[in-house]
Amino acid sequence: MKKKISPMTRKSFVTYGLLVLAFIAVEILLNTGNISSMMKGLLVPICVYSILAVSLNLTVGILGELSLGQAGFMCIGAYSSAIFSNMVKETITEPMIRFPLAILVGGIFAAIFGLLIGIPVLRLRGDYLAIVTLAFGEIIKNVFAALYIGYDSAGLHISLKSQGDLKLAADGKMVINGALGISGTPNDSTFEIAAVILLITVIIAYNFVNSRTGRAVMSIRDNRIAAESVGLNITKYKLITFGLTAFLAGIAGVLYSHNFYSLQASKFDYNMSILVLVFVVLGGIGSIRGSIIAASVLTLLPELLRSVNKYRMLMYAIVLIVMMICTSNATIRGFFVRNAQKFISLFKKNKAQPEAVKEGE
Amino acid sequence: MAFLDNLINGMSLGSIYAVIALGYTLVYGIAKMLNFAHGDVIMVGGYVVFTAMVTANLSPWLSILIGIAACTVLGIVIEKVAYKPLRKASSLSVLITAIGVSYFLQNMALLVFGEKPRTFTSVVNIPKISLFDGKVVIKGETIAAIIVSVVIVVCLSLFVNHTQKGRAMLAVSEDKDAAQLMGINVNSTISLTFAIGSGLAAIAGVLLCSSYPTLTNTTGAMPGIKAFVAAVLGGIGSIPGAMIGGILIGVIEILGRAYISPQLADAIVFAVLILVLIVKPTGILGKKVNEKV
Amino acid sequence: MALLDVKKLGISFGGLRAVDEFSIRIGKGELYGLIGPNGAGKTTVFNLLTGVYKPTDGTITLDGKDITGMNTMQINRQGIARTFQNIRLFHNLSVIDNVKVGLHNNYKYSTGTGIFRLPGYFKTEKKMNEKALELLSVFDLEKDAYLPASGLPYGKQRKLEIARALATEPKLLLLDEPAAGMNPNETAELMNTIRAVRDNFDMTVLLIEHDMSLVSGICEKLSVLNFGQLLCQGKTADVLSDPEVITAYLGE
Repeated sequence: MKKKISPMTRKSFVTYGLLVLAFIAVEILLNTGNISSMMKGLLVPICVYSILAVSLNLTVGILGELSLGQAGFMCIGAYSSAIFSNMVKETITEPMIRFPLAILVGGIFAAIFGLLIGIPVLRLRGDYLAIVTLAFGEIIKNVFAALYIGYDSAGLHISLKSQGDLKLAADGKMVINGALGISGTPNDSTFEIAAVILLITVIIAYNFVNSRTGRAVMSIRDNRIAAESVGLNITKYKLITFGLTAFLAGIAGVLYSHNFYSLQASKFDYNMSILVLVFVVLGGIGSIRGSIIAASVLTLLPELLRSVNKYRMLMYAIVLIVMMICTSNATIRGFFVRNAQKFISLFKKNKAQPEAVKEGE
Repeated sequence: MAFLDNLINGMSLGSIYAVIALGYTLVYGIAKMLNFAHGDVIMVGGYVVFTAMVTANLSPWLSILIGIAACTVLGIVIEKVAYKPLRKASSLSVLITAIGVSYFLQNMALLVFGEKPRTFTSVVNIPKISLFDGKVVIKGETIAAIIVSVVIVVCLSLFVNHTQKGRAMLAVSEDKDAAQLMGINVNSTISLTFAIGSGLAAIAGVLLCSSYPTLTNTTGAMPGIKAFVAAVLGGIGSIPGAMIGGILIGVIEILGRAYISPQLADAIVFAVLILVLIVKPTGILGKKVNEKV
Repeated sequence: MALLDVKKLGISFGGLRAVDEFSIRIGKGELYGLIGPNGAGKTTVFNLLTGVYKPTDGTITLDGKDITGMNTMQINRQGIARTFQNIRLFHNLSVIDNVKVGLHNNYKYSTGTGIFRLPGYFKTEKKMNEKALELLSVFDLEKDAYLPASGLPYGKQRKLEIARALATEPKLLLLDEPAAGMNPNETAELMNTIRAVRDNFDMTVLLIEHDMSLVSGICEKLSVLNFGQLLCQGKTADVLSDPEVITAYLGE
């Protein structure tokens, strides 16, 4: 039998190809000096936001649940890895060894918290999950902002009150300084590393969706009762997805914290979680490629068009409302679909066949 | 004595949360959706009353009436424009839309009123009460908040249980389709619910801004979320539950701020939410709902 | 020994006794019908058997094992699969993927194997595809394998639900009104398919149905429910000629 490439596989490889092309284009611009310093500064954030959007899309698009705790998981990844890097930067001086370890530390810590929060709340109805993840994000932000950690020859000192409360010895060093956060994190995040991590994230996401586990997760999204009736362990698959989302968000946090000299917990607020949600919604719920495109465009646009900046947040709000009404209301969606078909048929003489979902070999 | 002081402050804040929580609980009970924008309607109410009172120099009572009217209309408009088209959509879509509306109100207010915080003048002119030789002082705002919330809870309970419109709300919350078949206009009942909830939000806005006078575009966001926690704690859909939950959350927050850590007070409130959902997801007065197969 | 042995099963919703003292014994390989007027509690019995509701009284024994009180997932793993009166497909998944979700517990590889595309992924997916297509061909659905499930016509959606249930390799198959919404031709075809399933898969089938031509055509035994209670039980011909059953159906 002749081997066919399934549309899903094709879709994922097109995305990989686009990512590689974009990477090469940016590298050429970088090496020929045709890129402004402002644009240069946006390269790592674009990768970070793309990873966040792809990871949230696994929960929103594939699992069909809303999580507003993306900033919280990012915060855990950022803090845990920054602490790690700060503590080992004198012992491990080679960034190519130190940074991959930091990435693992951040991802794993975020995933642990994802599972801890997921176990009690994933059996709740959707609206509750949203509010609990939002609450979780706020707890993380507040706790880190109130946290003082330092170490000296006597060991680690932790306080929730003030720097003075730590009673560090003379040789002591601050690791987390309350609301001032962490400073001195080595700048290990380069565009090249961030781009590779993004590519790996996308591969993980596509492979996850197109696997036995991904199918199980999507079946739970489509019809929970039927999924139970064919013997699926609902909680297990919700947890796996939630944990993977947290893991990837944690890694995005690592890239974020190692891109700046200093880091404050207040950065990881509710607005950050909403921003990532806007990327997912604008890119199309369930569309991995769309998430990346939306994250990149919405990160670049306000910087390129300074005049829009004032209206940026308002635009995000309108994007959320309009996208939802247009995709979820049958009448309005029908209107768009009909007109889109008419529009397409103006260009294509031969009538388009409805596309089948194909998979396998 | 300091403890008593904190307890009273907690009950005052809790009464405000209770009024906000009523809006969540009504809408959640009847439209089966989490109206994320509810907290921001409070903020809009605050700005409207502020503008009427300070800029247009109207009397406080008239300003409050204008605020209530404005929020009621706003609530109905939000429901018609953003939520009604999604009546049959998944709860995920409705929730995302609600977050969009919340964000919209916040950023619209930012554009209209700017970043500079406004200082709200209290509308309460009840004299304060001194107890134990002035060791415990109960502010007029505290008395007003508690009285207003109790009056609202009583009136709302009477309205829901003893009027035709109120019973229609109960019927819709029980079973939308059956209510429709019994000749109840489901759409107008849902509109009415949003109208009442948003009108209450205006009152909550006035109470909140009288006690905590700094008014910005995000004034309503945190109290809104905490009031939702209160509604869940009390049992979502239950009017007395909203009152109990509100008071509890207010007290927990103020005591947490005083005795544990000022920075962690919010975290403590949210930890309560997570605990409630683990231990008793239906809340104190809520009831279990079975899914139909 | 009976494959399914249900003794004095009962459940109350608030004050309402929805099912009371329901007992049934189904032997291996039997085609058994559960009939009764609307609201008699037939679907509630299915929900009790599959763990959607926890019974307040009684026991359920499957193949000698007590499964009373298990949840839906555990009961499916013990060997009961079902279809739903109001079709419940995974509508955004393709037809073949619906069946592959049914195969989930019989063809395994880990999440990591899937993410990192280890050899186990390709090997197992290939087997799953073959098995799923084989099941689909029983129901004449193999041509539609790659269409989205929501795009199938009604009759085919019902068949796909049966295929998905069979994919879990059950001992007992529960069909909730399989012929609902079908025309007489489709019903006749469905009867042949159900018989073929029983013969080829060595299956035991319990079905709820209102279509009397289907019930009398394929069911060997019947139980009649009325107001949550058993009215009559036995060989199809005997039950259908019982005066009490006729009264229950046609009224006084």
